Amino acid sequence: MPIGGNMKKEIKVMQGNSAIARGAWEAGVRLAAAYPGTPSSEILKEIADNYPEIYAEWAPNEKVAVEVASGASIAGARAMASMKHVGMNVASDPVMTLSYTGVKGGLLIVVADDPNVHSSQNEQDSRNWARFGKMPMLEPSDAQECKDFTKIAFEMSEEFDTPVFLRTETRVGHSDSPVVLENRVESKIPTKVDQKEAQKYTMVPINVRVRRKVVEERMKRLEAYADEFKFNKMEINDTRIGVITSGVSYLYTKDVFPEYSYLKLGMVWPLPKKMIDEFYKKVKKVIIVEELDPFLETEIKAMGYKVFHGKDVIPNMYELSPEIIEKALKGKKYKEPEIRVKTDELPRRPPNLCAGCSHRPLFYALKKLGAFVFGDIGCYTLATAPPLQAIHTTVCMGAGIGEAHGAMKVMGNEGLGKVCAVIGDSTFLHSGVTPLMDIAYNKGNSTTIILDNRITGMTGHQEHPGTGFTVRQEPTYAVDYAELGKTLGIQSIRKIDPYNIKESMEVIKEEMEKDCSSLIVCTNSPCIMLRREKRKFEHPTYTIDEEKCRGCKACLEIGCPPITWIEKEGTTKDGHKRKGMVSINKDTCVGCGVCVQICKFDAIVPAVK
Amino acid sequence: MKENGKVTNIFLSGVGGQGTILASNILAEVFLKAGYDVKKSEIHGMAQRGGDVTTHFRFGKKVYSPLIKYGDADFLLSFELLEALRYINWVKPDGKVVLNRQKIYPPSVNLGLAKYPENVEETFKKFFKDNVYVVDGQEIARKIGNIQAANVVLIGAFSNFFPKIKESQWVDAIKTLMPQKLHDLNIKAFQEGRKAL
Repeated sequence: MPIGGNMKKEIKVMQGNSAIARGAWEAGVRLAAAYPGTPSSEILKEIADNYPEIYAEWAPNEKVAVEVASGASIAGARAMASMKHVGMNVASDPVMTLSYTGVKGGLLIVVADDPNVHSSQNEQDSRNWARFGKMPMLEPSDAQECKDFTKIAFEMSEEFDTPVFLRTETRVGHSDSPVVLENRVESKIPTKVDQKEAQKYTMVPINVRVRRKVVEERMKRLEAYADEFKFNKMEINDTRIGVITSGVSYLYTKDVFPEYSYLKLGMVWPLPKKMIDEFYKKVKKVIIVEELDPFLETEIKAMGYKVFHGKDVIPNMYELSPEIIEKALKGKKYKEPEIRVKTDELPRRPPNLCAGCSHRPLFYALKKLGAFVFGDIGCYTLATAPPLQAIHTTVCMGAGIGEAHGAMKVMGNEGLGKVCAVIGDSTFLHSGVTPLMDIAYNKGNSTTIILDNRITGMTGHQEHPGTGFTVRQEPTYAVDYAELGKTLGIQSIRKIDPYNIKESMEVIKEEMEKDCSSLIVCTNSPCIMLRREKRKFEHPTYTIDEEKCRGCKACLEIGCPPITWIEKEGTTKDGHKRKGMVSINKDTCVGCGVCVQICKFDAIVPAVK
Repeated sequence: MKENGKVTNIFLSGVGGQGTILASNILAEVFLKAGYDVKKSEIHGMAQRGGDVTTHFRFGKKVYSPLIKYGDADFLLSFELLEALRYINWVKPDGKVVLNRQKIYPPSVNLGLAKYPENVEETFKKFFKDNVYVVDGQEIARKIGNIQAANVVLIGAFSNFFPKIKESQWVDAIKTLMPQKLHDLNIKAFQEGRKAL
């Protein structure tokens, strides 16, 4: 019977991330913490919106999220932290040692990879954390598995006294498929702390050496468990070719080569050695299909097995897809579909700062000042693209502040007036406070600009410790950036309204030239999409005075979506020849007035919608 | 509709903010309730910032991959003309194409550095002949009183390709997925779209 036709069970189409949230709820989870990051952000939001039994919080960063979850686990509750792959780098400090302490209540770490870097600064393969940290890792391929694996992860965590990883990726977390809903079952572990357990949780060398051995013994037990694990599945069809695969790669390969035999791994670490041996006995040739690193391939080769095809034909970068796998395995026999239009030649449509965004005038000001801008991670990273091109580095959250400080230390007076760091509000609280402290402590003279738009913008509007609201929209304390800067010891602190370009340029120039530490906070500049704090502009929209526009293209330098160049020769009313002029789309213009400040000919005038 | 065992591939494309994700959610709800396995994949991330958005939607007795194989789409449902053209090679030779007659200029066109492609409708007709259907989703939505409902107008038009699915099943899906205050507007948008093809 088709899956949706069975009306006895409640079945819902869910996104992978929603299914993880559902699985956590069904597993009796009591606490969930996270820092937003694509493609993981929906997990905590779903929990906060739909499952009141679970305490949920946006933590300032992933390390804090893991520590909060760990505390809940030590107190006996099932708990989880979720993050994107680069978030795991931040969280790795506690995670690598939690492997030694183990858990009391089940502890789940969800890490969401982003093959093809749809929205990230690198493309690392998180499976390596499991081997590195000696903890088990599950990898679901669709929404039903997201839910099932989340639930079994908590059982495993408690049974083997270890944190468990759940690794997803963009095409799992952000894909939807049917899920069978079940009820919540509360954990039987009592919630309490016990001083007698101090040796297990206090990682001083004498205790570490004891736990070190426990970790190795645990991995042995987990290896045996992997051979019996119900989500490691063998499907024997045509025995000439057997594919070892996991996650979404299984779905792609199965779609293109349904006739092959499969060993589908639900647990990617540790590997089921007996099962792999059995599979090798059943099939003639083995192909390993996996995204990114040759993780399974390296391990299976190290066990002494021959691999017929693996990374010799399957790409080790970007994401896989049915046609990439088909092409790789069929070679010359693959038939390319008809090319009707050379679509590579069409104008691209990269993401852009929204119409009215407060970052646009600020980066225009920085461009005009000719500053070298140490950047950060957020919507404002889009200012690296033409025409603004006013971000010159992006590494990770918080990096720009320390980098600007380091650059100024070696450039000396030569750097004055030329260098600054920019960082968003959420990102600053994530990891910008410590480098700012460093500037003050080590008597640096660099300038840091906080682009406070009152929300975590790029990942879709998540609250943070500076917005004044919790994940469940309860009012709470909000960090005051200027006061914080003062407390850290920053010598010069200024506030600017980024929509006033002239004033912003003056203040930024002054601060960059000063031989002392400076902090500039953008104020009254909320995200244009944030309804709660909507900024009021003087006019609802603007239009072009066709008698005045000289077609100088100055307003195009801000790359505002409603402003378009129209090539058509003509003259202004006062007789200036022009090759064309601009037009403003009244539907999408929000009236921020940034272009008005740039136009030297008063050709941009207020209009009504 | 296809017989059991085959999977139907629907490729949706548009621009961030056009409501393609809601449209594909309606498809998923309808075909799940009609007894099919469904899978859907989309790129979120920076899409809200006006980038291109694609959704792969597949239904059948059993669906594995959440992604359609390149060149294997049975349908292209596009919300914007340039974003339709960008995926023309994804459609099977006998596939069907539904175009929304809307142009949204990308940054390079705004800056005068590139030209918006001309004759998109004609290009599709050259390759897909009578299998090209054009809808003016925005104009229909404007007449109903809210251009935001253009996505549901397109779903209404698209619903005609699945005669075994009753109008009430589509309306139920809209009711399930949208807040009550938006029901009347979107049901009207769906019905007007359904009449448009």
